[in-house]
Amino acid sequence: MYVAVKGGERAIKNAHLLLAAERRGDPAVPELSLAQISQQLAHAVDRVMTEGSLYDRELAALAIKQAHGDLIEAIFLARAYRTTLPRFGASEPVDTAQMEIRRRISATFKDLPGGQVLGPTFDYTHRLLDPALAEGSALAEPAQAEGGDAGPMPRVTDLLAQDGLIEPSPMADPDAPVGDLTREPLDFPAERDLRLQNLARGDEGFLLALGYSTQRGYGRTHPFAGEIRLGEVEVEFFAEEVGFAVPLGRVTLTECQMVNQFQGSKTEAPRFTRGYGLAFGHCERKAMSMALVDRSLRARELGEELQAPAQDEEFVLAHSDNVQATGFVEHLKLPHYVDFQAELVLVRRMREEVAAQDSGQAPMQEAAE
Amino acid sequence: MTAVRQEESNRRAVMAVLAEARVDELVRAIQALGTPAFRELRPAETGLVMVRGRIGGDGAPFNLGEATVTRATVQIESGETGFAYVLGRDREKARLAALADALWQGAQREAVERHVLAPVRGRLETERARKRAETAATRVDFFTLVRGED
Repeated sequence: MYVAVKGGERAIKNAHLLLAAERRGDPAVPELSLAQISQQLAHAVDRVMTEGSLYDRELAALAIKQAHGDLIEAIFLARAYRTTLPRFGASEPVDTAQMEIRRRISATFKDLPGGQVLGPTFDYTHRLLDPALAEGSALAEPAQAEGGDAGPMPRVTDLLAQDGLIEPSPMADPDAPVGDLTREPLDFPAERDLRLQNLARGDEGFLLALGYSTQRGYGRTHPFAGEIRLGEVEVEFFAEEVGFAVPLGRVTLTECQMVNQFQGSKTEAPRFTRGYGLAFGHCERKAMSMALVDRSLRARELGEELQAPAQDEEFVLAHSDNVQATGFVEHLKLPHYVDFQAELVLVRRMREEVAAQDSGQAPMQEAAE
Repeated sequence: MTAVRQEESNRRAVMAVLAEARVDELVRAIQALGTPAFRELRPAETGLVMVRGRIGGDGAPFNLGEATVTRATVQIESGETGFAYVLGRDREKARLAALADALWQGAQREAVERHVLAPVRGRLETERARKRAETAATRVDFFTLVRGED
């Protein structure tokens, strides 16, 4: 139990003044602008938007600046901000098949309709630190090529689906509302829509470790990265007063289609199964980890033996949120004086009892036996 | 019925362009139209829209996360009502986008096309063409090598 404390106002105020000064650092060094953070620390912004569950680059950049670059603190700020705004409603589901592609790769087919484009990727870089970058070196113009207007690209999973080699996506139940864990507390067992919402907001490191654990044998799913795509997608919102779905603008999304080993039964021929990942911005590691864990959490539905942490829905979903996790871990820093006093009294009394036993009472008990 | 559908589809295309316009582009364009008078039926307001995806990309919907959206409703002197719902928190942009939507529905459609939409469309098309060309330059052809017997 936590018992409230009073006092310390002046120390707290001064600590916050000191914090603000530390954030700014040496005034002789130019201050970061939000545009600089948004553009030059774009992956940090993308992560804060995804896990903060708030698509707004400028706000995410502000949160990163205010949090001195502590991304979990920034995610916390983004989550807190969203509670101050009214919700107009939910968008029409985005259509990632219509994405304006900036990156699209498949580890399963080398020749697929629409082709593969690497886009801006860390893949195949040598991971050697570049001293020239420290100097702010001049930049080579990106190369350009013809033939970029390939139109909408089919998903790899659609190609497999044509031959019935992969399970179809679950269809919407028109009578069932879409689960929303920001409105109703999560209950177990959770449906896949709620699981995906939880994973989309979940901590990248936690999901990465869980996904990795399935690869190492803790609930193997034999995954292939069927397709990863990055690009811009239009979002539409049905506005009652307008009478049709209004285009709101475009958001950047990363999507991962994981293709996993077969399932079959006496009545159904074997076919590949699937895991799905989707994230705001360019969050490839996150989308892949999400897809791995989405597939693992389908163990119950697919009749697989439940034996690994990544298959344990309650374990995964109840611990994936880094804002909740950091809140509970970090609250240990707050004064717990009354709690601790009670523990002190208890441990002293127990020690006195042990000491009393050692000095005489214990031998008497032995004699009595 | 089809005429109504067509009009709705055209208006949606206009709104899509306005949603991606920068506020300075709208300010300049509205000035070029002589800064028409309007009345705010609903003052610009920022809120959230829950963005939905689909399981597997094409299946049942799920909630991905929210986005900031600003909306406004205005009415012009000739009576047309304009709406705007645009990503972000820029109230001035939402107001001007709603005004452009109202004007486009009225007698000034051609002027809106020329002064408001055409420049923004032009910029967006140039930017997209550049991105497409840069992306196309990263097109990759992988070869599988036959493993020798050893």
